[in-house]
Amino acid sequence: MQSPPRPADDRPVISLRGAKASLGSRPVLRGIDLTVQRGEVVALLGANGSGKSTAVRAVVGQVPLTDGSLSLFGTDFKRFRDWSRIGYVPQRTTAAGGVPATVREVVSSGRLARSRFGLLRKADKEAIEHALALVGMDAHADVSVDALSGGQHQRVLIARALAVEPELLIMDEPMAGVDLANQEVLASALRAQVAAGSTVLLVLHELGPLEPLIDRAVVLRDGCVVHDGPPPEAVGQHALPGHDHVHPHAAHDAEPLRTGLLS
Amino acid sequence: MDILDYAFMQRALIAAALVGITAPAIGTYLVQRRQALMGDGLGHVAMTGVALGFVLQTSPVWMATLVAVVGAVGMELIRARGRTSGDVALAMLFYGGLASGVMIINLGGGQTASLLGSMFGSITTVATEDVTAMAILAAFVLAVAIGLRRQLFAVCQDEEFARVTGLPVRALNLLIAVTAAVTVTVAMRIVGLLLVSAMLVIPVAAAQRLTRSFATTLGLAMAISVTVSLTGTAATYYINVPSGATIVLLAIGVFMVLTALSAPLARRRAKAALAVEEVCTRDDVKV
Repeated sequence: MQSPPRPADDRPVISLRGAKASLGSRPVLRGIDLTVQRGEVVALLGANGSGKSTAVRAVVGQVPLTDGSLSLFGTDFKRFRDWSRIGYVPQRTTAAGGVPATVREVVSSGRLARSRFGLLRKADKEAIEHALALVGMDAHADVSVDALSGGQHQRVLIARALAVEPELLIMDEPMAGVDLANQEVLASALRAQVAAGSTVLLVLHELGPLEPLIDRAVVLRDGCVVHDGPPPEAVGQHALPGHDHVHPHAAHDAEPLRTGLLS
Repeated sequence: MDILDYAFMQRALIAAALVGITAPAIGTYLVQRRQALMGDGLGHVAMTGVALGFVLQTSPVWMATLVAVVGAVGMELIRARGRTSGDVALAMLFYGGLASGVMIINLGGGQTASLLGSMFGSITTVATEDVTAMAILAAFVLAVAIGLRRQLFAVCQDEEFARVTGLPVRALNLLIAVTAAVTVTVAMRIVGLLLVSAMLVIPVAAAQRLTRSFATTLGLAMAISVTVSLTGTAATYYINVPSGATIVLLAIGVFMVLTALSAPLARRRAKAALAVEEVCTRDDVKV
């Protein structure tokens, strides 16, 4: 189902240069550089409020840059129209719609990146079913999304992005509020994507079960890049094998005790 | 069926069917993105159009459509900015529209009372040219609400994701607002501008007591709405009651009945879901 890789193209998939952005009057990104090459899996790490979420939202054009430049697949963002190459997983919205919708209906939205105003063809339906199977939600396709657990809901949002059959997956905190069993499902779905050649940029609170997949970590602090290289080594309790890091992530402003991971 | 012998009743029933089909068709999207009361605001704004139509001796339906569409575009621009002061701006727009309507009609030599038919709906006010106008407007509403259902669903369900698929989200949002405005004026004659929001929202709320998917909610809401619109309009022939109030109260009645029915249904579904889970767990253990 994965779209065949395009002919060799060594331009970076994402290139963010000197990017600045603010929310209201507060500067959130203060000039960051972020480059992601084809086939790389890059994790954006940092404490709450460090700007990591704003950075990925800027990459998909949802936060306007006040300075700096952005290009996707070698195309300046202003001229970029090739949305079917990107699968985006926004932070799980707490507000579900006011009308029930099934898992399949939500996942089908992903196909709009390819079909736009056209009809759903056979290939579209196959891609939707395939995406549902990838995250193990095929048995729940006709269930209302309101009836799902947080982890299942996150799997649905990832399936929606996978239904695009993208070359680049961009995920904002895909593991937030997801229990360990669901994290494993997500990690294996992601592993399959990476094996098939996908490029991935994801915001993480901690590396968790995705650690083996990550090629490079970019750590933000106060809107600046403070580390760009191999994933930081876990220290202390987190370094113990088999450590299950389970703590509530529900409230974003309720910052849990900082672990040694990022400092 | 002597009720169909009268031309005014024929027109009223056609109009009622058009209202019944169109109101929840666009209302479902408004409910989905929690703008259930947008129709109410548009109804207030449309009063200015009705008054202008009266004073200028032109069709109130078309004038109301024009003014409501302008109001809807204004509301969408306020919503898209997402300012905290948006609520206040909307209040200005709604009550400014209502007050202007009353002011214009009085300055134009009419009386506030002549707005009553438009406020609460009255089947005897449905003129032949109104039916034509309503049919054209209803066709537009259905073309948008049904023809673009996948796109509008995506925009109302998760606007940020929809933008990243490359859909023209701003244009689609404006289209939803304009379509809602058009629906309000379609419903004006039968249910009235002050009650119109009920028909955008209540059939949808009633339908979702039983449904799990967006598509069935949309379909069932339209079926409920057509049924209560036709029943309510027919009732006004036999008993002397205003159509708008009858239709809205019937819709609320359907909502209450379906709510009562939904509790046992939800219990049965929960039991079925639990049974599935048990089977899965046993399989997991075997593997």
